[in-house]
Amino acid sequence: MFTNVSNFTQGVDTAFVVIFGMCLVFLIGITFFLIYFALKYSKKRHPKPVDVKDNKKLELTWIIIPTLLVLVMFWVGYKGYLPSRQVPADAINIKVTGMMWTWLFDYDNGKKSTNLLVVPIGKAIKLNLYSPDVLHSFYVPAFRIKEDVVPGKNNWMWFQANELGDYDILCAEYCGTRHSYMLGVVRVVSENEYIEWYNRDESASADAEHIGLQVIKKNACIACHSLDGSKIVGPSFKGLYGRSITVETDGKTRILLADDEYIKRSIYEPNADVVEGYNKGLMISYKDKLTEEEMAEVIDFIKSLNE
Amino acid sequence: MTDLVQKEHLNFYQDKQGHKGIWAWLLSTDHKRIGLMYLYSIMIFFLVAVTLGFLMRLELIKPGKQFMEPETYNKLFTLHGVIMIFLFIIPGIPAIFGNFVLPLVLGAKDVAFPRLNLFSYYLYVLGALFALSTLVIGDGAADTGWTFYAPYSVKTGTNVSLSVLAAFILGFSSILTGLNFLTTIHRMRAPGMTWFKMPLFAWSTYATAWIQVLATPIIGITLLMIIAERFFGIGLFDPALGGDPVLYQHLFWIYSHPAVYIMILPGMGIISEIIPVFSRRRIYGYNAIAYSSLAIAFIGYFVWGHHMFTSGMSGPARIVFSLLTFLVAIPSAIKVFNWIATMYKGAIDLQPPMLFAMGFIFLFTIGGLTGLVLGALATDIHLHDTYFVVAHFHFVMFGGTGFAFIAALHYWFPKIYGKMYNIRRATTAFWIMITGFMLLYFPMFIAGFRGMPRRYYNLLPRFQIENFISTVGSWILITGLLLMIINLFIGARKGKKADKNPWKGLTLEWQTDSPPSLENFDEIPTVKEAPYNYKS
Repeated sequence: MFTNVSNFTQGVDTAFVVIFGMCLVFLIGITFFLIYFALKYSKKRHPKPVDVKDNKKLELTWIIIPTLLVLVMFWVGYKGYLPSRQVPADAINIKVTGMMWTWLFDYDNGKKSTNLLVVPIGKAIKLNLYSPDVLHSFYVPAFRIKEDVVPGKNNWMWFQANELGDYDILCAEYCGTRHSYMLGVVRVVSENEYIEWYNRDESASADAEHIGLQVIKKNACIACHSLDGSKIVGPSFKGLYGRSITVETDGKTRILLADDEYIKRSIYEPNADVVEGYNKGLMISYKDKLTEEEMAEVIDFIKSLNE
Repeated sequence: MTDLVQKEHLNFYQDKQGHKGIWAWLLSTDHKRIGLMYLYSIMIFFLVAVTLGFLMRLELIKPGKQFMEPETYNKLFTLHGVIMIFLFIIPGIPAIFGNFVLPLVLGAKDVAFPRLNLFSYYLYVLGALFALSTLVIGDGAADTGWTFYAPYSVKTGTNVSLSVLAAFILGFSSILTGLNFLTTIHRMRAPGMTWFKMPLFAWSTYATAWIQVLATPIIGITLLMIIAERFFGIGLFDPALGGDPVLYQHLFWIYSHPAVYIMILPGMGIISEIIPVFSRRRIYGYNAIAYSSLAIAFIGYFVWGHHMFTSGMSGPARIVFSLLTFLVAIPSAIKVFNWIATMYKGAIDLQPPMLFAMGFIFLFTIGGLTGLVLGALATDIHLHDTYFVVAHFHFVMFGGTGFAFIAALHYWFPKIYGKMYNIRRATTAFWIMITGFMLLYFPMFIAGFRGMPRRYYNLLPRFQIENFISTVGSWILITGLLLMIINLFIGARKGKKADKNPWKGLTLEWQTDSPPSLENFDEIPTVKEAPYNYKS
C-alpha cells in the first residue's frame, strides 16, 4: 500500500485507509459495547433491569455524527476517483480489445500485441476499450484501475505508470468458461525501450514465425484452439486438416472432410457447422478481420501442423 | 356443540380440517402449516446450495485443478447463487416466519388471503423445480452467474431460459406473499393494536412487503425481455442485435438492489424482537427503528447504480449513486445503536436466540461497514467484482440474514413445536459456526483487496493462503450448521415439553398455546400497551 506504482494508487489507498479507519473505530466501539453490556448486565450480575427512557439528544447525536462521517467518506472517495476521469490531452492512445479470452492491444502505428501491453514509464496512457463478444473488465490491481469492456460501447480508462516492471492484467467481469484464464501483463519500460519496441517490426525478422501463426496469434485464436491437440473451448488445430469430422448443420448431423473450404467457412461463419461436442455461439465471425491472403496463410499453417 | 368444544383444545397439527395424512399439509390454507411447508422446502434448498458452496471451496483449496473442470465450477457458482438468493434468502424469513408468526404477533386468525397464500407456496415449489431441473436437462445448469448478465446470458448454450423462467415464477410467489402481508397488517391487527403498538417484526415485514410488491415486477419484465431476445431475436440487450447490455444491468439492479433489503429487513425485525426479550427491557427507540425500516425500503430504491460504477455509466451518475449509497447506511446504523442501547442496564440472558442475535449484530456490522468502502467511488473502482465484494455480501447476507434466520428458528421453535431443543448443544453450535464463519469469509476481504477477482476457477498462486484458510473455515462452519440442524431435529421429535411462553416474551404470540390451535387464539386478544413494556 501507498506505493506510487500508478498515478491512482495513492488516491485510492488514502480513501481506503480513511474510510476503513473510521469503520474500524465503529466496529471496535460496537463490538466493545456488545460484549461489555452482555457481561456487565448479565442476568446474574444485574438481575433487575432498569427502564431507560428514550433520549432525543442521544438519538439525534447518533444520526448526525454518522451522517457527517459518511459524507466525509463520500468526499474522499470522490476525490480519489476524480482524476481517473480527467485524461491529459497528450495521452498515448491504445486500443484494447477484450474478447473470449484474450487481450489484444493495437497501437497507433499498426503495431499489435497479444496479452502484453507495453507502456513507457511516466507517460499518460489512454486505453480505448472494445469487445466483440461479451462483457469483460480490464483490471490492473497494482494500478487500482478497472473499467468494464462493453460490446457496443466505447468505454475508456487511463493511467500513468510510475515504476518499471510487469503487472498483472485480470478480467474482472465474468465472461464464460475461461474467464479466469484471461490474463495479461502490463510491462512498464523506459521511454527508449518503448520506442525501440514500438518501432520493431517482428514479422520482418529473419527467424520469423509462420505468417499464418502470426495471424492466429494476433487474432487470439489460440485462446480457444490449441496447437498441441489439447481441448480448450474449440477444437485443436493440430491434426485438424484432412480429418473427417462430425458436425451439426442446421440441426442435422453430418460428416465432413476438414479441407480448405471447411476451415474458411468455420472462420467466416463459425455457427454454420458446429463440431460435435462443442458449443454454438461462442465464436464470432472473422469475416471483416481476415483478408483472403491471411486466410490462405492460416490454412497453410494448420496444414503444417500435420507434419 | 361438543364438536366445537373439543376442537378448541386441538393444536394445529392435530386439527386436520377433515383431510387425511399428507393432504392435511398439501391442501391446508392454515398460515402455520404453510409456513412450515416453506420451512422444510427452503431448508432442503439451503442444504443443496451449502453443498455446492462446499464443493466450490474444495476446488479452490489450492491452485490447479482438483476435481472439476471450469465449466462445472461456473455452473456451481451460478446455481449456488440462484438457489441461495431466489430460493433461500429472498423468500426465507418472510415466507417462513412471516407466515407462521405474523398473524400470531398481530393477534389474527390467519393471513388476509389464506388460499392465495397456499397458491404462493405452490408457485414457489414450481419455480424451485424449474431451477433444479436445469441441472439435468439439456446442456445443464446455466453458467452465467446469478446475475444473468447480457450478452453472455443470450449467447451461452446452457439452460439460461429455464433458470430465468424459474426466477420469474418465484417473483410472482414473492409479489403475492407481499400483497397478502400488506393487507393482513392493514386490516387484521388485534383491537387496540395501533400502528405504533405493533411489534417491530411486523413493521419490518410491512416495509419488506412493499418492496416485494413494487420492485419484483421489474425483474419479471427484465427476465421476459431475456426470453424474448433468446427465442425471438428481439435486440434488447445484445449489441449484436442492436441492444444495450448496460440497460440490462440497470433493469436487473433496479430490482435486485431493493431485493437486498427484502433479504435483510425481516432479519432486522427479528433482531428487534429478540434483543428486548432477552434483555428484559423495553426496546430503545421504537419509533426510530420502525421509521428506519421504511427509510431503508424507500432510499433502497435509488442506489442500484452502485453495482455499476465500472460499467461505463456517466461520471455524474456515478457520483449521485455513490452519495445516495452512503445515505442508506444511516438507518441501518441507527438500528444497530438502538439494539445495543436496549441491552444497557438490562438483565441479559444469553440463551441461543440472543447469542445468534448478537452474532448477527457483530457480523452485520462488519458487512455493513465494508459496504461503505464499496460505496466510495475510488475504492469501489479497485474492489468491484473482487473477493472483497464476495466477502461483503456473505457477511451481510449470511452473517446478517442467515444468522437472523437461525436466531428466529431458535426463538420461535418452542412456539412452533411446543418442545424445546438442547440449549447447550445450540450454544456449542453457535460458537463453532461463528468461528467457521470468520475463517471462511474474512480472508476473502484480504484476497479481494489484493486483487483477486470473483468467479475465478483458476486460483492464482499468490492468493493461496487466503483461499486455503477459507476452505478450512467452510468445513468448520458446515460442522456447526449440521450440529445445529441435528439439535433442532432431535428437539422437534423428542425435546422436553415447552410451556407457552418459555422466554417470557410480551408480544401476542406468547399468549397462546404452543403449538397454537388452528385459529391461534381462543379469543382475539385486545392490546392496551406498547410491545416490550417490561416493568423494572
